Amino acid sequence: MNSVILEAKHIYKQFYDPVKFDVLKDINFQVKAGEFVSVIGKSGCGKSTLLYILSTMDTDYQGELYVDEQKMTGLKEKELAAVRNEKIGFVFQFHYLLNEFTVLENILLPARKLAKKPEAALKDRAHFLLKTLDISKLAEKNPRQLSGGEKQRVAIARAMINEPAIIMGDEPTGNLDKRNSEIVFSTFQQLAQEFNQSLLIVTHDPEFAERTNRIIEMEDGRIIRQ
Amino acid sequence: MSKPLILKIAYALLMARWKQTLVAAIGVTFSITMFITLLSFMTGLNKLLDGLVINRTPHVRLFNEIRPDSIQPVQKAAEYQSYYHIIHSVKSGNSRQEIYNSGAIMQRITQDPRVLGIAPKITSQVFFNEGNLEITGVVYGVDVEAESRLFFFTDYVVKGQASDLKNVANSIILGKGLADKLLADIGDVVQLTTSSGEQFRLKVVGHFQSGLQELDKTQSFASLTTVQKIMGKPNSYVTDIQVKLNDINQAPKMAKEFNKVFEIDAEDIQTANSQFETGTSVRNIISYAVGITLLVVAGFGIYNILNMMIYEKMDSIAILKATGFSGKDVNRIFIMIALGIGIFGGLTGLLMGYLLSSLIDQIPFNTAALPTVTTYPINYNPVYYFIGSAFSLITTYLAGYFPAKKASRVDPVVIIRGK
Repeated sequence: MNSVILEAKHIYKQFYDPVKFDVLKDINFQVKAGEFVSVIGKSGCGKSTLLYILSTMDTDYQGELYVDEQKMTGLKEKELAAVRNEKIGFVFQFHYLLNEFTVLENILLPARKLAKKPEAALKDRAHFLLKTLDISKLAEKNPRQLSGGEKQRVAIARAMINEPAIIMGDEPTGNLDKRNSEIVFSTFQQLAQEFNQSLLIVTHDPEFAERTNRIIEMEDGRIIRQ
Repeated sequence: MSKPLILKIAYALLMARWKQTLVAAIGVTFSITMFITLLSFMTGLNKLLDGLVINRTPHVRLFNEIRPDSIQPVQKAAEYQSYYHIIHSVKSGNSRQEIYNSGAIMQRITQDPRVLGIAPKITSQVFFNEGNLEITGVVYGVDVEAESRLFFFTDYVVKGQASDLKNVANSIILGKGLADKLLADIGDVVQLTTSSGEQFRLKVVGHFQSGLQELDKTQSFASLTTVQKIMGKPNSYVTDIQVKLNDINQAPKMAKEFNKVFEIDAEDIQTANSQFETGTSVRNIISYAVGITLLVVAGFGIYNILNMMIYEKMDSIAILKATGFSGKDVNRIFIMIALGIGIFGGLTGLLMGYLLSSLIDQIPFNTAALPTVTTYPINYNPVYYFIGSAFSLITTYLAGYFPAKKASRVDPVVIIRGK
């Protein structure tokens, strides 16, 4: 139960625009299976930058990154895409659902890309997730018809579809009102408790952070508390 | 990697902007339609015009040219071998137009597997007498059956029966222009004088129209035996052997071969009618150029629409990449969109092209010069349809290539963080 899902070793990153500036300095931490971790810090402290490095989408850094004990640093774009597809689920501040597809199809998209299970099994999984997140009735709707909170829950279902090793969130409640934030948070909590899902959520909302298992606090590109 | 998923996403994106997609597809459709119609019509006309000459022209013609010997006696003399020869006043030595040993030559050529058939011919210059007028003309002695089979003789006989030339003794088919001059209708008798001064009376059994008016004013046809008779020659007398080959492109090579083997003048159709081939290829090049230009313009339309689509769908591209689609997958999606437009537009274009050309095919086109033609000629060559579809795919692929590359390079971090 205590296997390491995500590990960062001595991660550094610089921005060069307009002048050289160290965004991240010697970041070291681990996320173990089943942990619900939040990353907090003032705006500009590098927490989002860190998240995108951890997500494998940003490859311009020094140091080493391991996802599910597999080294990410130095992998090719295509290999990283495959890792993201299978091991990482994303929830962003904005929902990023495709309006061309129904809710169900949006959720199925990463699973169809992975294509490891037959279509019927994938649909079962999608319906199961919809039910768990209490949005079964939205399955055949178009994302345009959904409220903000509903959209974010659909995005969470999409993140969960491939049973990822970890779910990463970048201010997933940032755009939501109090009530919807609460729903999204409890959804995360439910995932952590029911499915023992590892979660790494970047947030600036201290209330949100307080309720997670573990808080990583950042300041000026360094981790000051974890 | 699941192909259907990529296709599905491409289709969804296409349908999301179906109006623009339709406009782009119409561009392709229009250009393919014009490409097919233009080429079918152009080559139809080309074929018709070439047919005027090529149908009636042997692929290889064997004859005896009247000309000076290429080797003069002085060149054979051993003692003057190393001298430079200057000979004045050289005269043509060979005065006989007859092909020597024509029977054996014809037999030998007929057995050649490359040869479709042969038609012997006699050319004789005559004067037609109309009252006190003398009109110069040519009577060709032909083998009606071979001539009809190989050179479509019957098609050009506009009045009367070609076969009567064989069935009616001492009969003649006059060129349309000549018949007008002589006021000779079918059943009338015309009188002609041969170059040796003898007079003959021949019965008109038909009118001939080649489409080349100058020729129709002078030429006329009779059977081989009739011409042999008026010229006072034996029935082995033949001045031309017309050879039609299975493959017209073999003509120059075979002409050389015949020239060597039979020691006779041999002229191939390419040499005799080079100007026709030039005209044909120039017209073809123009048609292709116009068609391809249209396609390129349509290609730019597709390029624009795809570029716009990429800007609009930046978010979708970003999330696809974030959830595990590689740059290559995104690239494929946009290539599929481009090809989708190409295939849809191209197929419709082929169909429209076919319809438009068959419509042109129905338009009446009557001209005195072309007796066998009643509507505009169209060449339904499947090759043009093949080229059209290939081009539509190639141009749309190229039009999609750069936008797709751009889409594949979209950095999801930039898009997602930019919100």
